[in-house]
Amino acid sequence: MSRSHRRAGYAIFLLPGAVLCTGVIAVPVLANVAASFTDWTGVGTPAWVGLRNYERLLGDDNFWASFSHIIALIVAMAVVPTLIGLVLAAVLFDYVSPRFGPRATSALRAGFYLPQVLPVAVTGIVWGWILHPDYGALNSVLGSAGLRSLARNWLGDPAYALYSVMVIMVWVQLGYPVVMFMAGLRRIDPELYEAADLDGAGWWQRFTRIAVPQIRPEIYVVLVTTTIAALKVFGQIFVLTRGGPGNATLVPSYFAYQNFFERANVGYGSAISTVLVVLIVALTFVFLRVQTRGGAA
Amino acid sequence: MTRRRSPGQYGVLVALVVLALLVLAPMALVAMNAVKTPADYAAHGPLAWPRNPSLSGIVDFWHRADFGRKLLNSFVISLAVAVGGVVVSVLNAYALGIGKVRGRVAFLVAFLVANLVPQEGLVYPLYYLSKLVNLYDSQLAVIIIFTAIQSAFGTYLLSSVYAGFPTELLDAAAIDGAGRWRTLWRVVVPVSRPTLAVLFTFFFVWTWNEFLLPLVFLITNSHQTVPVALGVLQGQRMMDATTTSASALLGILPAVLFFLVFQRTLTRGIMAGSVK
Repeated sequence: MSRSHRRAGYAIFLLPGAVLCTGVIAVPVLANVAASFTDWTGVGTPAWVGLRNYERLLGDDNFWASFSHIIALIVAMAVVPTLIGLVLAAVLFDYVSPRFGPRATSALRAGFYLPQVLPVAVTGIVWGWILHPDYGALNSVLGSAGLRSLARNWLGDPAYALYSVMVIMVWVQLGYPVVMFMAGLRRIDPELYEAADLDGAGWWQRFTRIAVPQIRPEIYVVLVTTTIAALKVFGQIFVLTRGGPGNATLVPSYFAYQNFFERANVGYGSAISTVLVVLIVALTFVFLRVQTRGGAA
Repeated sequence: MTRRRSPGQYGVLVALVVLALLVLAPMALVAMNAVKTPADYAAHGPLAWPRNPSLSGIVDFWHRADFGRKLLNSFVISLAVAVGGVVVSVLNAYALGIGKVRGRVAFLVAFLVANLVPQEGLVYPLYYLSKLVNLYDSQLAVIIIFTAIQSAFGTYLLSSVYAGFPTELLDAAAIDGAGRWRTLWRVVVPVSRPTLAVLFTFFFVWTWNEFLLPLVFLITNSHQTVPVALGVLQGQRMMDATTTSASALLGILPAVLFFLVFQRTLTRGIMAGSVK
């Protein structure tokens, strides 16, 4: 039996997956790119306009606002949860687990992780109510603590809306790095710690010199995946603010959605989502490059 | 195992417990206010313990949203996608990881890219296409789309698992005269069952939580999933505080239930799932 014959016997198994992936992902994403070069309302024949949609994007405040908010979301979803998660995971691993046992540790870890399992729409409803200016829990807590002057229209005031969304995203994301980093810490050779103890290293030194460098692969994976997740945020914005007030919390995916389904600017919406697709694919390839070159993971 | 505990260590523990309680507080608040009457809420605010707890807000919302129906829709869609996604992933990974078919690397890169494409870049063409083939506003469309999306991820993950599949087992099956299908079904699937369980769980939960595509595709009320129904009702801004809490609680409960049931699989799989 020749080698190619052996291989040929397997090709048929690829058929359903390849057909599905072509029909549901490859063709639509190419159609989306094609539509971005047209003026189209979604009915009738699209009119070819070349790069005009992209030229329009460059001069559109909403475009720049939506993509710059991504940076705020990367801070809230990738950077802050990673930093807090590192400390929490190390404290859980070094202090709580050896002194108070695995049950206390996994209970705490589960507590931090719970917001991660909620559907994004539900997260939006929970926080939409808590931050509601009239009947929300936060303003009413402030009121009963005698701090009524601190009460704000958290999601309705352009000065605070983006920060409020950022806090919510930290709350959502925190559990993911905690779980990942704790799994990473378990990998570390205890002899490294023993050697550090012999050298008289304190907790902070152990943390910065051993724990953090040893779990670099996990830190990298968390930063990459949460950064990409930040680029795609849609559900929370849809439920909480619809990008408002004004464009204070507008994000690319909601901006595209508006153009597709509310304004019948399909060509323009396609240009926005094409930029998003290119950005995500390019970023991932850069990340993968760095990863294979740096030897992390 | 448990060593001596100093006051300082208790301090660390207390700080962590307080932080965990803060993280859980929004959900606790929701649960507390979901069982209040609107009058109780108006009189005592969101922080007071419920005076005469009643399930009437939850029951009212359940009927208003036809919530049983929404649970069933979400369950059917998520289950179908989880089963379909695992089956397609296994078939792909069998060809790529074990069969090492020609063009394997190109296929893997294609599945990786497919896995990266955000749904925002697919949503309009899929919407248009589904209207062409009369699948718009049908759960079947959502099931097909998510089966493809989840299996792109599953293929990528499972192919690398299958690339390291013990060849002795495959050789033994070949000596016994087992064909490709038999080997897949009798050897590969049983041996990789733990990984498949992780994939199944993730596909189920991910699909349950999806929002954008179901929002676009399921416009008829009775076709909607739990997150879409809740999101749309919230968007209408006709709900008072207790109804909002009741609706949020109904959205939280299934998610927490899955978390408790699947906790082990989930934490084991988060590392694997992190590629997404």
